[in-house]
Amino acid sequence: MRRLSISPPVAAILLAIILFLLSGFLPNGFGNDINVAIAQATNIVRLAVFLGVIAAGQTLVIISGFEGIDLSAGSVVTLTAILTYVTVKGEDDKVLLALLISLAVGALIGFVNGLGITFLKISPFVMTLGMSGVVTGLIIIINHGNVSGKVAPIMTRLIARPFSSSIPIPNAIIIWIIFGILMWLLLERTTFGKHLFAIGVNRVTAKLSGVNVTATNLAVYSLAGALAGFGGFLVVGNTGVVFIALGQPFLFPSIAAVAVGGTLLSGGKGSYWGTMAGAIVLTLITSLLTTMQMPDSVRRMVLGATLLVMISIYGRQRGFRQ
Amino acid sequence: MKRFSWDEMMNRYPAFFAILLLVVALIINLILQPNMFARDTLNSNMRVFLPMILLAAGQAVVILGGGIDISVGGIVSIVNTILATQVGLNGSPEKMWAYVLVSLAAGILAGAINGFFIAFLRLQPIITTYATSFLYVGFALFILPNPGGGIPADIANVYRNTTPLGLPLAFYVIAVVLVIWMYIRSTRFGNYLYAVGGNAEAAYETAVPVTWVLFSTYVVSGFMAALAGIAITMLSGSGNAEIGVPMTLTSITAVVIGGTALSGGVGGVAGPVVGAITLGIIQNIISFSRIDTWWETFVKATIIVVALAAPGMINLLRRKKL
Repeated sequence: MRRLSISPPVAAILLAIILFLLSGFLPNGFGNDINVAIAQATNIVRLAVFLGVIAAGQTLVIISGFEGIDLSAGSVVTLTAILTYVTVKGEDDKVLLALLISLAVGALIGFVNGLGITFLKISPFVMTLGMSGVVTGLIIIINHGNVSGKVAPIMTRLIARPFSSSIPIPNAIIIWIIFGILMWLLLERTTFGKHLFAIGVNRVTAKLSGVNVTATNLAVYSLAGALAGFGGFLVVGNTGVVFIALGQPFLFPSIAAVAVGGTLLSGGKGSYWGTMAGAIVLTLITSLLTTMQMPDSVRRMVLGATLLVMISIYGRQRGFRQ
Repeated sequence: MKRFSWDEMMNRYPAFFAILLLVVALIINLILQPNMFARDTLNSNMRVFLPMILLAAGQAVVILGGGIDISVGGIVSIVNTILATQVGLNGSPEKMWAYVLVSLAAGILAGAINGFFIAFLRLQPIITTYATSFLYVGFALFILPNPGGGIPADIANVYRNTTPLGLPLAFYVIAVVLVIWMYIRSTRFGNYLYAVGGNAEAAYETAVPVTWVLFSTYVVSGFMAALAGIAITMLSGSGNAEIGVPMTLTSITAVVIGGTALSGGVGGVAGPVVGAITLGIIQNIISFSRIDTWWETFVKATIIVVALAAPGMINLLRRKKL
């Protein structure tokens, strides 16, 4: 079987562009108006930022291999969003504190995941699934039906608004680009990144080559938790409201974005650029189906079918015969 | 007389810990609910547990083969909506039987779709069945967009109230499932299943038809999910396209609590059946212990995490002592 030689992130971006151009032909699409088209494209990328940031932690744990996955990401997003909401209470000078709390709480939850996975030998799928339940329980206790709080004006300005009137790029996208560069540096230019790929390929050889597998694994899960926490902070800055089901809809799309971006779910190979592309594709498909006013049933089926097609093209494992 | 060895028990009988956990849970439940073993109480508990038991048994076969099936909840939903819309509240028993057969065929077909993508196209099981779960739940929503419909009450009562020889119907179903499993375990297919789950490459080298074994595990899982769907429809008597969604992750938890490793090739079906019963009893204990409603989710999730962590903790403590 001949394989396509095009790299997954490029394929995902091409798919996004083709889909976007086709969407212009829809009755309520952008038609011939280039300005509307640019505005729509910008908006879709802006919406993809939140999924993209949440999927960053997911990318790290999946690259770390050993069936790595973080199913607690969704509930961590909700928890830190609520914590941010109640900490800030509409005051600008509490924003930094809220951000630190979000990162710390996320990292702590991720660290507990890491402890269970490395020392108690619980499989990541089940450990993070269980942790997701515990965090959801915590949210219900904290939330107690309703929370009082407010996001600060500075958060809305930094996350939801455009950079300036002459540069109509939303700040969220600028944050995401900086974030993407930092992720690239982390994965490709640091010892931690090298160790991460090493343990993803083969833990035994990594250990024999002097990589501290236990420490790296703990660090990966803590970092993934912290990134999910950062995601929660951004999400609440954008929406301005919190509710119990805020983060859960991001969970499986975050895994899908990683897979669509060409990161091997078995670990050891992948990139954050791919995940960013995957997040854009998934957000684009979802918002197209929404603007086409498809019923929920059709939306889900199209999303499922697209995902199947994407992974059929380049998500295939090596055949036994080779 | 051989000395009792914890390690040996854990290694030789993967279900050992699950049974230990079940006994503890049963004792606590018996204290809270003294009439637990009375005929009616036992029957009403077992008929609630049965759908999850069937689902966990199917999930166990897939996990033994080294895969995972996230689409089982979607298959349960499809079966539920088929029965609720096609048989209807005033349907005849003949119609019910006809659509039970249709449901089983739908389950097998859905499992075959999973199997085709995973075994023949060599896609990764988590992301593939995640994609198909969207297809299946979407299809269920397509059949029945809003909760409603149902099956005739007298047919539902057959499931609810049949107690041959004074034992709940569920006992007989479990016995049949376990006997069939013991037979499969002794056949060549049983050996192949463990070989593929343990090391698919090595199994391929030794002329095991890996592709067909993998394919068949998903068909079995689809079939069992359809049975679970029929059971839960007869239990609830009504239709709801989202009914199966929360069941997927519970079925995986049941399998892991039952001592069947997510890495494949270790464990069996008996453990997961015990695991599913244990999870049901934990739910029972929580509703009987009259804890604050706000704390329910947290307590339940914490108990599950502790149950998952316990074998690892015991091993860790024992290693320290030596």
